[in-house]
Amino acid sequence: MASITLEGLKKTYSGDVHAVKGVDLQIEDGEFVVLVGPSGCGKSTLLRMVAGLETITDGTLKIGERVVNKLEPAERDIAMVFQNYALYPHMTVYNNLAYGLKNRGFKKDEIEKRVRVAAQMLEIEEFLERKPRKLSGGQRQRVAMGRALVRDPAAFLFDEPLSNLDAKLRVQMRVEIKQLQRRLKTTSLYVTHDQLEAMTLGDRLVVLNAGQIEQVGSPMEIYARPATMFVAGFIGSPAMNMLPVDYLKTQGANGLLDNLPEGTDIVGIRPDDMHLTPPSATHLTVDSTLALFEAAGAESHLYVNLADSDQPTVIRVSGQPPVAEGETLRFYVTRDALHPFNSVTGKRTENVISERAIEA
Amino acid sequence: MVENRPWANLIAHLVLIAGVALVVFPVYVAIIASTHSLSGLLQGTLPLLPGDQGIENYKLMWQSGVSNAGAPPAGLMLWNSFVMAMAITVGKLFISLLSAFAIVYFRFRFRMFFFWLIFVTLMLPVEVRIIPTFQVVADLNMLNSFAGLSIPLIASATATFLFRQFFMTIPEEMLEAARVDGAGPLKFFKDILMPLSVTNIAALFVIMFIYGWNQYLWPLIITTDPDYYTIVMGIQRMTSEENPQWHLVMAALVMAALPPVLVILFMQRLFVKGLTETEK
Repeated sequence: MASITLEGLKKTYSGDVHAVKGVDLQIEDGEFVVLVGPSGCGKSTLLRMVAGLETITDGTLKIGERVVNKLEPAERDIAMVFQNYALYPHMTVYNNLAYGLKNRGFKKDEIEKRVRVAAQMLEIEEFLERKPRKLSGGQRQRVAMGRALVRDPAAFLFDEPLSNLDAKLRVQMRVEIKQLQRRLKTTSLYVTHDQLEAMTLGDRLVVLNAGQIEQVGSPMEIYARPATMFVAGFIGSPAMNMLPVDYLKTQGANGLLDNLPEGTDIVGIRPDDMHLTPPSATHLTVDSTLALFEAAGAESHLYVNLADSDQPTVIRVSGQPPVAEGETLRFYVTRDALHPFNSVTGKRTENVISERAIEA
Repeated sequence: MVENRPWANLIAHLVLIAGVALVVFPVYVAIIASTHSLSGLLQGTLPLLPGDQGIENYKLMWQSGVSNAGAPPAGLMLWNSFVMAMAITVGKLFISLLSAFAIVYFRFRFRMFFFWLIFVTLMLPVEVRIIPTFQVVADLNMLNSFAGLSIPLIASATATFLFRQFFMTIPEEMLEAARVDGAGPLKFFKDILMPLSVTNIAALFVIMFIYGWNQYLWPLIITTDPDYYTIVMGIQRMTSEENPQWHLVMAALVMAALPPVLVILFMQRLFVKGLTETEK
């Protein structure tokens, strides 16, 4: 087990394509860090650089105290779980798990012992003599995890390991991965594009965009105080609504928007923070027309057209919407639900100093 | 077929049976002819029922051959053919596997250049380069030897190309997983690439063996010593005589056809298995 330190890590492909543009990150021993971002943001490249499957153009990568920039993946003491599992199709599950140990010159009985322990932990003992093609997706996923587990490495690297599973299994495996990581306390770096997976799994989230870190923090910190408009839009589902301040001022603003931080021209409002009944605190009042609603069981997503605006907006309410499609809907927003942003810099305008304090 | 239409079935079967008969008949004639005496064959009508000379014909061909026609005993020629075909097959597979491995998995200078070089040689059959090749083999004193028979035919663009195409279908993560698992390039080749290629190797083995077995022009050119004559050459020599001994030719023919059939039967299990159990 070890910490992982990334210092100014860069990856440039030929033709001047900057996939990763200088990433600084400290992953503590035993921590579960999730790299999240849209496709093409460089998260997989970053993970593969840590794994040693991608060369490092510039910067330093340390696993523990050791600089591993130039080491082969096998020498870095890491284990990786691949998106398509990459199991060896011609080997039995047992041999799939044992292969890495055999190559490292472990004794036969030690291999046997470790494979049994890992298989028991993942409940794949009964499949040990089968070939991967005889297994279901979830079972293959477990074998892929087992292959990482038997090695007892300094760090686990997960490259979107759940994206090939169906929704139900994904939730189940998500819980299992988290429990397993809690139990083993192995430093883990996990890549996903699914913000829900990121929120639920990570001790800390690293939101990446266009090869750069947008924000680092615990899932709830990031959810509560997104540092940029990108993070605000990416984390949370349905995405945060972005409304121009000038527009809100034409609605029932009653002085609420007067003391926003300097430079604020856009405020973000989470769909959950738009109330259909007036709260007791001072609030904004906005009129809209319900265009469409999606009933998702316990909650509904209301797609509304704001009065005098073409800004698409979503409201989340529990239960059914109170009005029919096409009818008028009035909603209320309190001051503390407003996330102030500057649309030019894309950054949060609020009290920059206190934000730093949260990140640290 | 999903539909059940008796007439269509009947016609399909008739066509198939006719096709099979067309292919099998000459083989049948050859087998029958090899059991008759020469005079029995030269009576004007081709016999369609087995004769009584079978054992004698085969024995004579196997043990002493037709030396005045330049055909040593069939046993020796079959052995020569077998050694040559096996050397060509194994050599071709070995070299093409390794070169495809290099071309697909290593990034070296002029990689694509080498690939295209190999690809271009696909267009050059042995016959085109036969004179210079002969010169080289003669200069290396490899005339009348197994080395001379097999080495010039070993390099194979076709097999290299096919293995390259196959290796490219293997997901890249397989290599990466192996690297994380501590397998170096040769270990990856031996433990993962080779087992995955078994089906392709079996199929190519059959093709290459038959290619090697059927070589005619090249052995004809570089062997002058009857100890190195191959069976295909021997048959040709026997038929180009003034009065060919057809019954013995037919016996040699049947014996020459057997090894490729055996190779196919043996290898078939491997590639049929590979075809039905698609590994992914």
